[in-house]
Amino acid sequence: MERLGTLRRNKMRITGAVAVSAALALSAVACGGDDSDSGGNGNEVTIGFMGDLTGTDSGLVIPPKQGALLAIEQYNATNPKVKIKFKTYDSQGKPEQATSLALGAVKNDKIAGLIGPAFSGESQSVGPILEEAKIPSVSPSATNITLGDKGWKYWHRVVADDAAQSAGVANFVMNSAKAKKVFLVSDNQDYGKGLADAIEKAVKEKGAQTQNDAVDDKGTDYSSTVNKVNQFKPDVVYFGGYYSVAGRLFKQLREGGYKGKMMSGDGSLATGLIEGTGQQNAQGTLISCGCLIDPEGKTNPKAKKFADDYKAKFNSEVAIYSTEGFDAATAFIEAVKAGKTKPEEINEFLKTIAAPGVGKQIKFADNGELATQDIFIYQVEGNKLPLLGNSNEAKVS
Amino acid sequence: MLDDFINQFWPSTIDGLALGAIYALLALGYTMVYGVLRLINFAHADIFMVGTFAALWTVRSLGVSAVGGFALVGVVVLTAVVAGAVAGGGAMLLEVTAYRPLRKRGASRLAALISAIGASIFIQQLFATVVVHRVFGTSKEGGKLPVDEHFKKLTDVVDFGPIQISNDKLIVFVGAVLMMIALDQFVNRTKLGRGIRSTAQDPETAVLMGVNIDRVVSVTFVVGGVMAGVAAALYILRFEQTNYFVGFLLGIKAFTAAVLGGIGNIRGALAGGFTLGLLEMYGSSLFGSPWRDVVAFTVLILVLMFRPTGILGESLQQARA
Repeated sequence: MERLGTLRRNKMRITGAVAVSAALALSAVACGGDDSDSGGNGNEVTIGFMGDLTGTDSGLVIPPKQGALLAIEQYNATNPKVKIKFKTYDSQGKPEQATSLALGAVKNDKIAGLIGPAFSGESQSVGPILEEAKIPSVSPSATNITLGDKGWKYWHRVVADDAAQSAGVANFVMNSAKAKKVFLVSDNQDYGKGLADAIEKAVKEKGAQTQNDAVDDKGTDYSSTVNKVNQFKPDVVYFGGYYSVAGRLFKQLREGGYKGKMMSGDGSLATGLIEGTGQQNAQGTLISCGCLIDPEGKTNPKAKKFADDYKAKFNSEVAIYSTEGFDAATAFIEAVKAGKTKPEEINEFLKTIAAPGVGKQIKFADNGELATQDIFIYQVEGNKLPLLGNSNEAKVS
Repeated sequence: MLDDFINQFWPSTIDGLALGAIYALLALGYTMVYGVLRLINFAHADIFMVGTFAALWTVRSLGVSAVGGFALVGVVVLTAVVAGAVAGGGAMLLEVTAYRPLRKRGASRLAALISAIGASIFIQQLFATVVVHRVFGTSKEGGKLPVDEHFKKLTDVVDFGPIQISNDKLIVFVGAVLMMIALDQFVNRTKLGRGIRSTAQDPETAVLMGVNIDRVVSVTFVVGGVMAGVAAALYILRFEQTNYFVGFLLGIKAFTAAVLGGIGNIRGALAGGFTLGLLEMYGSSLFGSPWRDVVAFTVLILVLMFRPTGILGESLQQARA
């Protein structure tokens, strides 16, 4: 599941955005339609959740779904005037499936808002439907940069995009890790190369010397990359890609005598990274992610309470994007609390919302992006990946 | 670009030889079977894969952790024996089930090729779905196993200023060369080796001279399998992990090495393996790692343009291998 996790994550980013927009769109329609319908029947609003719930990448989507469910159940348990009905849509991460589900959610279920879609790809295809239906969406996990540039009015996300990740990594690497030379490696795939290139650009602007190389994700011998690293002698090696490749690369770097820092992105935020690198060689490896996984409440006490509640309910630790799922649901809950039950009203409310979430302040920019683009840094310790802190504050020795 | 090449020349050379050694060992299996049967045994890469799992199983059963020095050599030898035996046995089983029935009925070479591809897929899926779970008790997908760091790697057991060789690469290189010398002696000096050479040269006359073809073919497969098993043990020493499709890319490279050196020619497999390994590393240092295969295969095409039979020529008997 963890291994799938990385792939899932990537998809999730895409999907997440879509689902959110779809949900929002759906809810708008529902509200806009007949008040006596389920969506707007006065004392109940339907909020959808769309993402890959049973497919190969569901490991990335079930945590945010559970986070959202927890938020809504906690809200309903307070016996509010208007309850929220939580309805899930299993897109399996497939854009075409997401499209038809979104249409159904808008027309039949009259959702007032959508959490998701989880991945960026499905977000791309569901977005226009929700725009037309005027239903707001909030994605917990779609991180593709272009989603914010579409001009969608009903689309939001509660996770920083890949551009923010590269900026956050650049800050961390230059200020906290005090790197002067950074070596970027990618797996030459869309996600990995995009991230590595963006980080290279960002650290260069801050005055670091850089070099880059790419590895074959199907190969095993990365010694030519190790030689390049050893010649360049960087302070940090950043790998853009998924954990299985990251593991092989990091192992060979350490065995090849590289002593500097090793870092990777959200695609490697899984314990599979430690298994693939070898526990000893993996120690101290840094991971950046727009997601917050904070069971100990290092960032704020609410995170600990959330993690405890989550564990009590689902009997599992908070995982990737579960916090974001909770926060996305919170955005809708705040709207309903404020007496907004129609999609358009909810969307208006989301434009001005300023509520503290578990992970971050829930406040959106005009294009639907989260106002604060926080990136969090994780560091391998033993066989776990605990949170080190926000990329602007995290300290590394 | 050129600076990089010069600065990385020695590390690239060492890595190229270590990589080439594994290619060469694997290429031997392709080349010997081709020499005797004129068949490309596409399932050979999967015999290697079986070997990697046997090697990993051995290392894990020994329960060693961070061994170094001579103990490491001992572990590698033991691992190679087990992996060689398993892979050799696997190769024989493969020959008996997938090729011999076809040969007996005089099936076309194309049929044997399809049988090879089928066997390859069968072995992979068998490992992916059944064997890895059963043997390693893992439920993880793809038969991937966590890296346990069984070996203590030293970066500079040999240290001549710019030339630093790590212990694992040294063992890989020396081990592979020893195996190749042994094979060369076996084929050239023993009765069975003579049988292999005569079958390669002219199967019908060989039969008339009293050579048992079935036995020769079996021995050829077993020897190729043992070489693949040793290559697998060395691979595990280097990378400490494997999966059910590990043979795919390596198999293609090793087959390429065999063709580059001259398919059917044992010393050619050696030459081709090391040449390919070095080309990949030099290509990477010159143009960046994504270009390694581009450089290697461009050279392959150039070599075949001017020497269609490969560096050392095609046949098993010509090079007296």
